[in-house]
Amino acid sequence: MAKERIPNEGDEMQIDGGVCEERVARAIPEGFNPDYLKIYYGKLFPYADMFKWLSYGNDGKHPACDHSYFGRREFSFTLENDIYIRFQSFGSAKEMENSIKEKCPFKIDIGPVYSVDPAKRHAYAQGGNNVFAPVERELVFDIDMSDYDDVRYCCSGADVCLECWPLMTIAIKVIDTALRDDFGFNHILWVYSGRRGVHCWVCDSKARRLNNEHRAAVTDYFHVYKGGENSLKKVTLAGPVLYPFLARSYTDVLKSFFEEKLLRSQNLLASEERCQKILGFIPDESVAAELLDKWQGNRRSSISKEDVNVVRWDQLKHMLQSGKQKIQGLRRCVEEIVFSYTYPRLDMEVSKHMNHLLKAPFCVHPKTGRVCVPIDPNNCEDFDPTTVPTLSHLLEEINEGSMMMESNNEWERSSLGKSIEFFRSSFLQPLLKSCKEEMESAYSAKIKQSKNSLSW
Amino acid sequence: MEIVRSQRKPSIDASPTPTLSLYRSAPPLEVRLEDFELYAIDRLRVLKGISDGLARGKKPEEMENLVRELWKTNMRHQDPAEVMNKDIISHFVLRLVYCRTEELRKWFLSMETTLFRYRFRLESLESQRMLMTEFQLPYKALIHAEYETVKDKLVQVARSIGQSSNTDTIFFKVPFEEVPDLVGSRRVFILKGFAYVPMNQVVSLVVTQFRSNISKALVLTNRKWTSTIKEQEKDRLTPIVEALSNSYLGPDYTQPNESAEISLKDIDQLASNSFPLCMRHLFDKLREDHHLKHGGRIQLNLFLKGVGLKLDDALAFWKEEFSKKVGAERFDKEYAYSIRHNYGKEGKRTDYTPFACQKIISSTPSVGDHHGCPYRHFSEENLRAALNKMGVGGRQQDEVMDKVRNRHYQLACTLTFEAIHGTSCDTGINHPNQYFSNSQKIRQEKIQATT
Repeated sequence: MAKERIPNEGDEMQIDGGVCEERVARAIPEGFNPDYLKIYYGKLFPYADMFKWLSYGNDGKHPACDHSYFGRREFSFTLENDIYIRFQSFGSAKEMENSIKEKCPFKIDIGPVYSVDPAKRHAYAQGGNNVFAPVERELVFDIDMSDYDDVRYCCSGADVCLECWPLMTIAIKVIDTALRDDFGFNHILWVYSGRRGVHCWVCDSKARRLNNEHRAAVTDYFHVYKGGENSLKKVTLAGPVLYPFLARSYTDVLKSFFEEKLLRSQNLLASEERCQKILGFIPDESVAAELLDKWQGNRRSSISKEDVNVVRWDQLKHMLQSGKQKIQGLRRCVEEIVFSYTYPRLDMEVSKHMNHLLKAPFCVHPKTGRVCVPIDPNNCEDFDPTTVPTLSHLLEEINEGSMMMESNNEWERSSLGKSIEFFRSSFLQPLLKSCKEEMESAYSAKIKQSKNSLSW
Repeated sequence: MEIVRSQRKPSIDASPTPTLSLYRSAPPLEVRLEDFELYAIDRLRVLKGISDGLARGKKPEEMENLVRELWKTNMRHQDPAEVMNKDIISHFVLRLVYCRTEELRKWFLSMETTLFRYRFRLESLESQRMLMTEFQLPYKALIHAEYETVKDKLVQVARSIGQSSNTDTIFFKVPFEEVPDLVGSRRVFILKGFAYVPMNQVVSLVVTQFRSNISKALVLTNRKWTSTIKEQEKDRLTPIVEALSNSYLGPDYTQPNESAEISLKDIDQLASNSFPLCMRHLFDKLREDHHLKHGGRIQLNLFLKGVGLKLDDALAFWKEEFSKKVGAERFDKEYAYSIRHNYGKEGKRTDYTPFACQKIISSTPSVGDHHGCPYRHFSEENLRAALNKMGVGGRQQDEVMDKVRNRHYQLACTLTFEAIHGTSCDTGINHPNQYFSNSQKIRQEKIQATT
């Protein structure tokens, strides 16, 4: 998504030659409240697009369409006062729209498609045969910035800024490439989570049909950063060479982001404490001590204009990767450090189970007021979480818009328009085209087969 | 479903390995009742041989040889056409035998899977590919052109997991969902949703599939057995099936050969030299307490019979001990009968066979009993003490205890034998009388060597 300058409260602005004060008085205070949300659901939330997406072509007129499909999808709502209701299902787009407008949920989660309508699940539980079970579910990933708190010094916890956001950019690039090149998936939607992370929805039909064992395999494939609170070494890169996926990630993404961005922006080698942390990765005490000496020496003679982090990192690489080092473990150290500081940290549990519920795109985050907008993986370096449309800004835009001219589609007038446009053209249209093709070929194969069985 | 495979055209390569069956469904063949039991027993020898090999920790190459030998020795048939039938029939009979409890199923599944694994490995590549098609595994062998495009990456993956890449290895292209473990651990190259699996990994997959099929089949067989077959066949197959699961397959020592006769005056010496621990313990306790309870009496008495003790000598022996406790008259009245009974001289005159290890291990001694298998039934402390008494100490004792901990009681006894006699016993101990005769043989040989 291209950067957009969204007018901030307090900015001086001229509108139609109007006076600043007037503008400020009409400004909608930042934040989030049910009234704003109601307007958002009333005018901006893209019901039709969501319905089209989650129907995967079953909403059409083709004889192969399964009209029960959308109705078997579980949604869950988190209402005001933290009331949580599960197993919501809707027979049509209109039903979904009415329910959301009426209940005004603070958060909407999307669950799996079940074998039967979730609302009727109790009727099927008697059989004891577990007839109520998930049958399809997108392959999903959740990456949260707070999992990186030990390697970012600019913010911590819920905060996110442009210095640490590159960690998310890295995650998107690494995972997206692997999903496409290694696993052969094509219909992938990346979404900003609204505060400090990103979600990934893999929507190929093959992906939706993966069982838990398959999901675990994919998740484990991505699992490189391991270990709980107490293990010191969370990345172990064994073997004389790296596995292709790891080698590619390192060469194409991790190394450059680490050396060109994070090293500087996070000042990873600027203080003694941070230096010690990195030196901790080196299994050879004498080498670590030698480096520390060198760096402490450098501190005094910092005539060089070069960034101290870069200088020190170069010295470290030189020492560990030079021909002198016989122990393989030392050469691998450099990669292990880079991986530890940059490699994507996934929430494994989210991806492994078919019945996990994940927040829907285009929700509004209650704590930040920001909309969960799609991210273009091909341009993810340009994504700026601090300029994502917020609820109040969108409403301002609507207000301005309705003063200026009438429009059928409110969102076209708003910054949300670009996001929805992107969602449709980059994701939804190719997906639906593919669904249609699949449906048609499956159908004609079936027809052909039944014709064959008739002939004798 | 067609399960009997058509004969392959004779190939120039003279490997005589037969084709494998997947045992998908019971064959619509007629089987003679004798063959029903005999085929099953032959196959059981193979499975027990495998069980033994595994318990001894044989390496894969050794297991491969063992399986080849066991199969060749036991599963032949004069009529070449019958070989396949024997394979299939024996498998299905043993399914009936081993479906009946969880423990039996587990053992059978484990042995059959191992058998299949090594037989699969012994098959030619062509045969293996045909089997994979039969399993309906969606594996396609990689054609040369495609191989060339991914060769570098395949080598890279092999090196990354510390394996040497052999340029002769055949690769199979498989949807990644088929090999979740390999994908999850990054041990296989994937591209556009397909995994490129080398031959040696493919064997594991085929075996896993085989195992899964048999496992499900066993549960179904059990259901059928309990609901219909057992009752239906109670006069014909059921007794055979029930006997088979407990069968011991070696010599039964009912008729001790003449040269193995022993006389009473030697018995103490023999006990301390050549009795296995179970019998030594009973013997010692008898000498000590001048009494043994019923279980102990039977176990020891039948053993002594198998060892060559004549009935008159046996009666004298027991009387000598028991009189010290209960008096001669009471012995004659209450105990002599059962000893004669063991020798087949009373009642229905069954000449009882001495107990094999399996039977002894599965017995349940309770308070005041001294029978059973010491390796199983003794506490660690008591067992160590008993081993010390037998002259087995130090590291050898620890090795024995290790086997005990892993519940390989017969192996523990074998190790004891080996420690005492200073030689190895490759066949393993399956019967107390076997222990005795092996021991005697070795001692005789030693005596002859020195004279």
